[in-house]
Amino acid sequence: MSVLVYIENTEGKFKKSGFEVLSYAKTIANQLNTNLIALSIGNVADDDLKSLGNYGADKVLTVNHQNLKSFVNQAYSAIIAQAAKNSDASVVVLSNSFTGKGLAPRIAVKLQAGLADGAISLPDMADGKFIVKNNVFSSKAIAFVEITSAIKVLALMPNAYKVVETGGQATVENFDYQANESDFKTIIKEIVKASDKVSLPDAEIVVSAGRGLKGPENWGMIEELAALLGAAVACSKPVSDAHWRPHEEHVGQTGITVSPNLYIAIGISGAIQHIAGVSSSKIIVVINSDANAPFFKVADYGIVGDAFELVPQLIAAVKALKS
Amino acid sequence: MKILVCISNVPDTTTKITFTDNNTQFNTQGVQYILNPYDEIALARAVELAENEQGTVTVLHVGDANADATLRKALAIGASDAVRINAQPTDAYFVASQIAAYAQDKGFDMILTGRESIDYNGTKVAAMLGEMLDIPSVSITKKITIEGNTGILEREIEGGKEVLAIPFPFVAGTAEGVADWKIPNMRGIMSARTKPLLVVEPIEVQGLSKIVKFESPASRTSVQLIDASEVGKLIDLLQSQGFLKN
Ligand SMILES: Cc1cc2nc3c(=O)[nH]c(=O)nc-3n(C[C@H](O)[C@H](O)[C@H](O)COP(=O)(O)OP(=O)(O)OC[C@H]3O[C@@H](n4cnc5c(N)ncnc54)[C@H](O)[C@@H]3O)c2cc1C
Ligand SMILES: Nc1ncnc2c1ncn2[C@@H]1O[C@H](COP(=O)(O)O)[C@@H](O)[C@H]1O
Repeated sequence: MSVLVYIENTEGKFKKSGFEVLSYAKTIANQLNTNLIALSIGNVADDDLKSLGNYGADKVLTVNHQNLKSFVNQAYSAIIAQAAKNSDASVVVLSNSFTGKGLAPRIAVKLQAGLADGAISLPDMADGKFIVKNNVFSSKAIAFVEITSAIKVLALMPNAYKVVETGGQATVENFDYQANESDFKTIIKEIVKASDKVSLPDAEIVVSAGRGLKGPENWGMIEELAALLGAAVACSKPVSDAHWRPHEEHVGQTGITVSPNLYIAIGISGAIQHIAGVSSSKIIVVINSDANAPFFKVADYGIVGDAFELVPQLIAAVKALKS
Repeated sequence: MKILVCISNVPDTTTKITFTDNNTQFNTQGVQYILNPYDEIALARAVELAENEQGTVTVLHVGDANADATLRKALAIGASDAVRINAQPTDAYFVASQIAAYAQDKGFDMILTGRESIDYNGTKVAAMLGEMLDIPSVSITKKITIEGNTGILEREIEGGKEVLAIPFPFVAGTAEGVADWKIPNMRGIMSARTKPLLVVEPIEVQGLSKIVKFESPASRTSVQLIDASEVGKLIDLLQSQGFLKN
């Protein structure tokens, strides 16, 4: 028996969400009194692979091949499922990232395994059961999902588990997989990078703005504040509908769900559909000129005032602190 | 071109979410159900593509007769026919298995789902379907165009997007941006009444997971207001919580 964890890389580098899933999977391996095997696909330097030992991996499997340089979800899920079978894994852990969302359901079907997506807790294994919590109804409720199959697949929500360094060592092995030609039907034509901005789904801090900002020309101060805080930029739906900002920044019930440690909402009223995508943020700060804006009801800190005065002051205060 | 659009019937976005039976069942009392917003844009795009390519759009729902009104709305928006698989879904695996069993031998070129249902928020059905039918899947799709027998899809990735070329057949879960919402017109509403709505009995499937309990998220302690003349206080508070690293 073992626990298998898949660690994504971006252009050969592991990300914080990868260390989160490792730490989470390590705790599960400890609960089950078994080994933790990490799997990496793509071109990652040997030292980086070895470094996974420091987050709890006992063994690292690596698969590196020319046609796997970019993500192809059919091929990747086939490899992960093969590695799971090969290591006799009873639990398979991934990140609930865009990539993980494409992989986990396919792996679950291959392994005839129940899937808990967006997991926000460790499994509760009392009474021989296996129960994991996740957010449902757009974060208006939490579900206790019992997985009843022999193998379990868990996709961990970003920012839901703390990274723990164990100081351990891992051995690195190549993993031989059986390629299937039909797994390579999807051709990647182009990858368009949205510059070097902080990516929204796994950002630790998000600075978000709404229609209160009046127009796209006023986003300079939002971007400046975000850059100072190392934060990603987000917006409300009407803002992206009006093409003031791109669709991929829209958070809420019909946009991206985020759960950062800090969410700063500026000039956003706090409609229920907006809150749905941000309510699992650890700390919420609201800046709004209307003291009755509904957003204040779910905020931890609030300032009633004009964004056009307050945001420049915030920027100045952060700058002063940093210098 | 034959397109299948999978439709879920979900509580209206403003629904207050409560539970009954010791927090084990969602309280459907007084809840208004709607066509899942993401499925609505999947349908809107499917209708546009079918118009361009002389195709047909079938909408399919796994569930009971309560969803028939939602299926009629989908027909009014422009679907050609509707199918309902008459079963109470237990988990995404169950739903995907039913859809796969139905779609298997129907020759659909493209199967669209929403990126997620706003009730159980899984982003699971699209990729599960792809796996069950052994065809490519893209779970979060921002754009779909067709070139001959190939779909050109844009997929959202962290910090950017990827442009993919995928031969028919494939499954795509649609996100905001693939199409604008379509409001049914009078002609659509009239013709929806006479379009076929086929009810199919389910296949036997054992779910692999189940929800055993619900809980409400911890409510926040009331907001601490900071005076607009003391912005620095907010920064101090955030710093004391470790947010402002150098
Ligand atoms: C099916 C459905 C799905 C939806 N999905 C989403 C979703 O995913 N995400 C989403 O965001 N919305 C969604 N909505 C829309 C949602 O209901 C609200 O309309 C939207 O969130 C409002 O955006 P806003 O707060 O930016 O704008 P408004 O509601 O117009 O609020 C602007 C706020 O700015 C404040 N303000 C004005 N001037 C200033 C100033 N100078 N300084 C500071 N504050 C100022 C105002 O007091 C006000 O509170 C959805 C709606 C529906 C029906
Ligand atoms: N009961 C259902 N019947 C048909 N399609 C469904 C059903 N439930 C979910 N879907 C489809 O699967 C998508 C993703 O749902 P989910 O994986 O539950 O988030 C939805 O947007 C629908 O397109």
